[in-house]
Amino acid sequence: MKLRTALLGAAATLAFAPAAFAERGTDGDVKILYSQAVSTMNAYLSSGTKDVEVGSLVLEPLAGFNEKGEVIPRLVTEIPSLENGGIAEDLKSITWKLTPGLKWSDGTPVTAHDAVFTAQYCMDPAGGCAQLARYEGIEKVEALDDLTVKISYTEPKPNPFTAFVGATSPILQKAQFEKCLGAAASTCTDANFKPIGTGPFRVVEFRTNDTVQLEANPEYRDPAKPAFATALVKGGGDATSAARAVMETGEFDYAWNTQISPEVQEQMLAGGKGQFVSGFGTLVERIEMNMTDPSPDLPEGERATAKHPHPILSDIRVRTALSKAIDREILVEIGYGAAGRATCNLVPAPEIFASDNTGCLTQDVEGAKALLEEAGWTDSDGDGIRDKDGKKLSLLYQTSVNAIRQDFQAIIKQWWNDIGVEVELKSVDGSVFFGGDAGSPDTFQKFYADVEMYANNFDGTDPEPYLAQYTCDKAPTPESQWQGENVNRFCDPEYDKLLAELVRTRGIEERAVIAKKLNDMLTKDSMVVVPLVDRGRLSAHSNTLGGVVLNTWDSELWNASDWYRIK
Amino acid sequence: MTDTTPATAKIRPPRSQWWDVWDQFKTHKGALVGLSIFVLILLAITIGPFLWDMAPTYVDLRARNKGFSAAHPLGTDQLGRDVLARMMAGGKVSISVGLTAMMLSIMLGTTIGVLAGYFRRLEGPLMRLTDLFLALPLLPLLLLMVTLFREPLSKSFGPERGIFLLIVFAIGATSWMQTARIVRGEVLGLKEREFVLAARSIGTPARRMILRHVLPNVLSPIMVSATLGIASAIITESALSFLGLGFPPDFPTWGRLLYDAVDQMQLYPWRVILPGVAISLTVLSVNYIGDGLRDALDPRIRGR
Repeated sequence: MKLRTALLGAAATLAFAPAAFAERGTDGDVKILYSQAVSTMNAYLSSGTKDVEVGSLVLEPLAGFNEKGEVIPRLVTEIPSLENGGIAEDLKSITWKLTPGLKWSDGTPVTAHDAVFTAQYCMDPAGGCAQLARYEGIEKVEALDDLTVKISYTEPKPNPFTAFVGATSPILQKAQFEKCLGAAASTCTDANFKPIGTGPFRVVEFRTNDTVQLEANPEYRDPAKPAFATALVKGGGDATSAARAVMETGEFDYAWNTQISPEVQEQMLAGGKGQFVSGFGTLVERIEMNMTDPSPDLPEGERATAKHPHPILSDIRVRTALSKAIDREILVEIGYGAAGRATCNLVPAPEIFASDNTGCLTQDVEGAKALLEEAGWTDSDGDGIRDKDGKKLSLLYQTSVNAIRQDFQAIIKQWWNDIGVEVELKSVDGSVFFGGDAGSPDTFQKFYADVEMYANNFDGTDPEPYLAQYTCDKAPTPESQWQGENVNRFCDPEYDKLLAELVRTRGIEERAVIAKKLNDMLTKDSMVVVPLVDRGRLSAHSNTLGGVVLNTWDSELWNASDWYRIK
Repeated sequence: MTDTTPATAKIRPPRSQWWDVWDQFKTHKGALVGLSIFVLILLAITIGPFLWDMAPTYVDLRARNKGFSAAHPLGTDQLGRDVLARMMAGGKVSISVGLTAMMLSIMLGTTIGVLAGYFRRLEGPLMRLTDLFLALPLLPLLLLMVTLFREPLSKSFGPERGIFLLIVFAIGATSWMQTARIVRGEVLGLKEREFVLAARSIGTPARRMILRHVLPNVLSPIMVSATLGIASAIITESALSFLGLGFPPDFPTWGRLLYDAVDQMQLYPWRVILPGVAISLTVLSVNYIGDGLRDALDPRIRGR
């Protein structure tokens, strides 16, 4: 409810926006607080989100993502596609056309050679570029003329929107960075701290790990933007104090990543100086069911492998009953507040890939009990725990150490107790749980438990690699040193076949249909993965700052040029 | 410390040395207060759950974050669990872990300290062993112990008792070193005193020397480190639980209650204060009892 009112408020303020930012630099100063301080403005030299995002105020890519995960043009006239010929039929090249007349903040023109140089800068083997993954598979980048860039790939690339797209791969000015290639990259402190860019702001003063003082870029392509004449980005502190600086004291206009507990959120909202905005990406907190038997009585090497199917959870009725017993809305309310929403999908976003699967959202305790009865699990000895053939319906439920996860464990344990399932809880230190050490019995891959809970997401906007994690051959086994993403040991030839089809399919609509079907096969059709909460980003902005739209696919400051002061 | 018992001493009034100790103990006001508080806490955690029989792990989502009321005398936590019930259940675990681990560590520390101080030949190896243990990084060691022994212990003793044994042993086995060093130093000093020389000259064997002359005289440092040991054992247990190495997460202990509440300290200060006060009271009262006992056991002070 609160989220909706916040969004409505944002929409309403947006409607009045045009009147508010009629001219550049009329709205004074905007103060932004990052709880992690900025150490460089050059996204290629840091994998820290804070550096990439603050850098995006100055440096821009050719195209970015909007809040729905769609590609939007920034420095180009249109987004290349198969239809307009920008993407070659064989998917091996993509051609970008720059908007004519663009200028760097020093007044010199932006050309295709800058883009070519940027690719050369990041792909230099001696440079240690932090964003090299975005330039993967590139054969060459060339300038066909001053305004046309062509990227050729060695292999067909179904998703070519990696290089020069998004805040992690901005265009650098060739003239400024020419001498900073390779090993010299980190020695160019002046260029890295005060890059010349095309973004709405330019750096006036840069204090490492402290503050960045910026002013409006006089050469910005939209003469009416940005509305703010100056901007200050301050770093340091923690999420709670950052939220407080916006919500209670009003010292700052915007605070980045203010993940705090729902109770504290509510208390701060009462301050009346600001509001929280949330954006939802692909991070889903879920319960994974073990399809293999993790019993310690089995010999090492056979324990938790496909040789021994799980004695209880192999039955889909049990898995469905466990999912039905959970009230996801309450979990959201207790754990995340505005920063979460209940979901039944493994792939909850981008919108086009999200299945309309909402069947799990209503808790159905009676239905769960009926399903267990039907599966033959009855409480024959009257001790409140169901049993079948002398075996108790008892599960070991593990997760990593985290205050919210332990709360979830306690609540879900009670819900499962209510339907007659005995639950033993276990929490493992996060560095061990996610450590992937094949020698430790407590990793999430080894999965020496019946059910486990954690969160995972995928990078970018295409879910194919993510869905590919659940094929038969990705199951962790002793032979693979317990590496592999298919921790449930889910194995369905139909799924593998459909995934192969997804890999072959082009065209986003057709891909979306298949991806949704794959998502449903894992969730509502098999209940092997039981999604609980879609965890979003939560940031805070002052009531007087307008135009904020939180974006989880690109920099949070992606539309800072549209921000304005509400008077 | 003497063999006179009321049964054998018929001529004198039936009075053992422990009555003298008790009389002396009674004169120490702090010790008396400490003792009564400690007994109160023990009563609360043993008899309390019978009087207030709400389950400490029962989640009541309609009664989250409630203040003090008749239904929940100490309020409820973020999941609607009754704080009073959790305090009592937590105290039982924390105090038994604290006392048991302390006893183990004192026994180990005193034995090694006395042996190292009294027998010159043992001094080198035993003190090097102590140094070795002091140099061991505690957390990785505990991690290793838990990884290796959690499953076999849970299997043979059940998840709760298995973890209890593991934690008590882990804390006891990694906290005896300070006691050992202090005791050794005291014993070295005592060995040179005249009464020890006198005792030795009349041919007292080593066992009797240690039990009758050395141990009673090093009792006070042992008492002090024992009382401090309880406190650190309670805190170590909570740190272990916090790292996921201790009790299962739905198993309340004072340390866990404290850690869980820190996030919401500003909103619900009581949830931090209650377990904090309980830990402090236990530690302080044990400390005062130790203080009083030391005075009472010292024959030079007694009767003054």
